[in-house]
Amino acid sequence: MSNVFTIPVVLGIIYSGLRLATPYLYAAIGEAFAQNSGVYNLGVDGIMLMGAFSGFYVGMKTGNLWWGLLAAMGVGLLMGLLMAVVSVTLKAEQGISGIGLYMFGLGLSSLLFKKTMSGVESISGFQPVRIPLLGNIPYLGDVLFNHNLLVYGAFLLVPLASFILYKTPFGLMIRAVGQNPQAADTLGINVDRIRYITVSLGGMLAGIAGASLSISLINLFQENMTSGMGFIAIALVYFGSWRPLGILGGALLFSFVNALQLWLQVLGVNFPYDFAVMLPYAMTILALAISVRRAAMPDALGKPFERGEF
Amino acid sequence: MSTQVLGLDGRLPTGQMRIEEMRMVGIVKRFPGVLANDHVDFDVRAGEIHALLGENGAGKTTLMRQLYGLYRPDAGKILINGVEQHFNSPQDAIRAGIGMIHQHFMLVPSLTVVENVALGLKSSRGILLDLDRVEKRVRELSEQYGLKVDPKAYVWQLAVGEQQRVEILKALYRGAALLILDEPTAVLTPQEVEDLFRTLRQMARDGHALIFISHKLHEVLAISDRVTVLRDGRVVGTRPTHETNKSELAQMMVGRPVILQYERPPAQLGEVRLAIENLVVGGDRGHDAVRNVSLEVHAGEIVGLAGVSGNGQRELAEALAGLRPVKSGRILLCGKDITHEPPGARIALGQSYIPEERLRDGTIKQFSVADNLILEDHHKPPFSRKIFLDFNAIREISERLVREYNVKTPSVDTPVKNLSGGNIQKLILARELSRRPKVLIASQPTRGVDIGATEYIHQRLLEQRQAGTAILLISEDLDEIRALSDRIAVIYEGEIVGIVDGPSATAEQLGLMMAGVREGGQHHLEKIRL
Ligand SMILES: Nc1ncnc2c1ncn2[C@@H]1O[C@H](COP(=O)(O)OP(=O)(O)OP(=O)(O)O)[C@@H](O)[C@H]1O
Ligand SMILES: [Mg+2]
Repeated sequence: MSNVFTIPVVLGIIYSGLRLATPYLYAAIGEAFAQNSGVYNLGVDGIMLMGAFSGFYVGMKTGNLWWGLLAAMGVGLLMGLLMAVVSVTLKAEQGISGIGLYMFGLGLSSLLFKKTMSGVESISGFQPVRIPLLGNIPYLGDVLFNHNLLVYGAFLLVPLASFILYKTPFGLMIRAVGQNPQAADTLGINVDRIRYITVSLGGMLAGIAGASLSISLINLFQENMTSGMGFIAIALVYFGSWRPLGILGGALLFSFVNALQLWLQVLGVNFPYDFAVMLPYAMTILALAISVRRAAMPDALGKPFERGEF
Repeated sequence: MSTQVLGLDGRLPTGQMRIEEMRMVGIVKRFPGVLANDHVDFDVRAGEIHALLGENGAGKTTLMRQLYGLYRPDAGKILINGVEQHFNSPQDAIRAGIGMIHQHFMLVPSLTVVENVALGLKSSRGILLDLDRVEKRVRELSEQYGLKVDPKAYVWQLAVGEQQRVEILKALYRGAALLILDEPTAVLTPQEVEDLFRTLRQMARDGHALIFISHKLHEVLAISDRVTVLRDGRVVGTRPTHETNKSELAQMMVGRPVILQYERPPAQLGEVRLAIENLVVGGDRGHDAVRNVSLEVHAGEIVGLAGVSGNGQRELAEALAGLRPVKSGRILLCGKDITHEPPGARIALGQSYIPEERLRDGTIKQFSVADNLILEDHHKPPFSRKIFLDFNAIREISERLVREYNVKTPSVDTPVKNLSGGNIQKLILARELSRRPKVLIASQPTRGVDIGATEYIHQRLLEQRQAGTAILLISEDLDEIRALSDRIAVIYEGEIVGIVDGPSATAEQLGLMMAGVREGGQHHLEKIRL
């Protein structure tokens, strides 16, 4: 089997792995914001589907992918806002409302797809942009510095999210609200407002995650095209112990294993297909079971805030 | 030094404007079924420590929460320097110069001290945190007021006393000119109380206005300038501290004379009910919290376990209750080895446990008072017949217990989370003692409990002793230990440093042992004999 892994194949696996990681990074970083403030949103997958659809549809109709991206962000934001209303203001059980949001996104995106398009169509998505100088490095230039903007954006989001969470007063408030909302409240922090912001932001990023599928990676829209990617993104948040860098690690691990199994199929290596497809998921579950640091979990995760209760 | 600053330009040494006078007038606050504050007048002035006394549920916390903007009064006014205030949130109160140390600490354990202080404040660097600046200021303040704490430590690493200092620093950093301290000493060791008092006196000298809540009369007499007593939401009276005394205050609080000294007939020792042999128990941070402890408790005696908090008492109690695994050694309950038995088996053998963390371990907060009262015996008569709960019996017995133990609650159907701290403690006690246990482990049974209830609880414990129960009393309150114990064991860094005779032990002797000085001479012989 050693002769299968030639240099081009290894480079190919890395290249695909980075692309595959893109939607997971957007969705998981967004979810990390919400969870760090104490709200988990299980509706990520539904938001991604709506983001994928609206990005594709608006991109196609206007002929401008940027309008598509903007539409996906807007739709994601609105769905995040809806989640915030239900879980923060109405104090509904978060697990149930998240599942509801997922079903809503799944159903609505399928319905809109059937009503507006005659079948699966493809689009010419965001094109790779080679970064000057870095892009000319032999081998690595092609693999690392010749992607489209949404891929770069996903990787830039990681340090940005880290910065916000750990280096700004706003990030401090987010973490405090997720760990001890009563304490934050007594310091005059508006717990509900912080949660509205993080959950809406999470929705917007999930919208981008969806668009990254439909207008930058696969460049088409299909019913339920995420097939549960949003749920994997949520698992990655736990895997990464609620920290952007940890999430990056998890997303890369998952995506590289996924890229590996795709390439093995492409190369026709004799390997049971079902097992290969299962591999990244099985690995995620295993890694989750081994790695999750309960201690890092926000104490108030899943708990609506009410003043005057201890 | 501070006296020079006082009164110069109406500012505190921290640079904040002083609050010359804060007045609450005719404050009314209702909760469903409870009139928590009934036309309360209360005031405090710059440079003064005003103590607020009252039984559990008298409405002290509620009154203060209105001053801090957490609740809005149903009626009444709050005036600062004569100007009426309308606080809609703590933010408004903080802006007006009010700070509050809550009965339950309001800290984020996963953040550092500096981060907790900086939380929610504008940064001098805009969107970037300015933690180094905050740290510098925190160091200045802690220097100035003797509040020793490592600014870079994570809050979860800190002892309770240190956490409280962080709370005070938080308030000072925000420029509090008036500081409310809601039962700040309930969780402190005597040494920490001394340190806190020194800080408070200095703050008062500097021109801060301070409100101090405590159930301990000697503390109130030692630290305050004036005392106001609340009962059932109403002000009973306000006295200058030097014109009053313990028994007057106790009577004002409870509404009847209170016994401050107990009758204690000599112990009638029975067989050994609880035997602890060479017990080793792990702590939360990987070390051994309980190291080779051996102790026996006989039927009909109270053994006090004294020690400064954090010396393994909690872990020992949890191991005895079956909530924490034992590394080595044995626990015998009525002669039966229960070292590795679950809590249920111990309860079945007649052991009762009053936990230290009563809000967390002792009750189910969302359940009603009645349901909490039958938690352990719900499957037995009189609470159930066959497989059915007998609701009439449950009601009747719950109502009797609530009455007997003087638990303040609108009804037995009220969820426990709405009760005041001391009343939750009484509730647990009512449940555990009414089971007529063979062995009782009582961990800090009167922490945060008012004197009326403390007296009641102490009487019940002595009654149980007369009835032949073996009682292990774990407490940091030396007065309590000395008033009740037949023998006193002192624990230090997880080891028993000595066991002394209860009635003849002096506070000095115990204090030395609690600091780790081992007993010598005849007491050593006694330790071997026991
Ligand atoms: N959020 C709430 N909802 C309903 N009832 C409440 C609430 N907070 C307090 N109460 C009730 O109001 C009364 C006063 O409670 P409060 O906490 O002010 O007492 P306290 O004097 O501070 O007592 P303790 O010494 O036990 O802390 C109690 O009867 C309590 O049960
Ligand atoms: Mg109180």
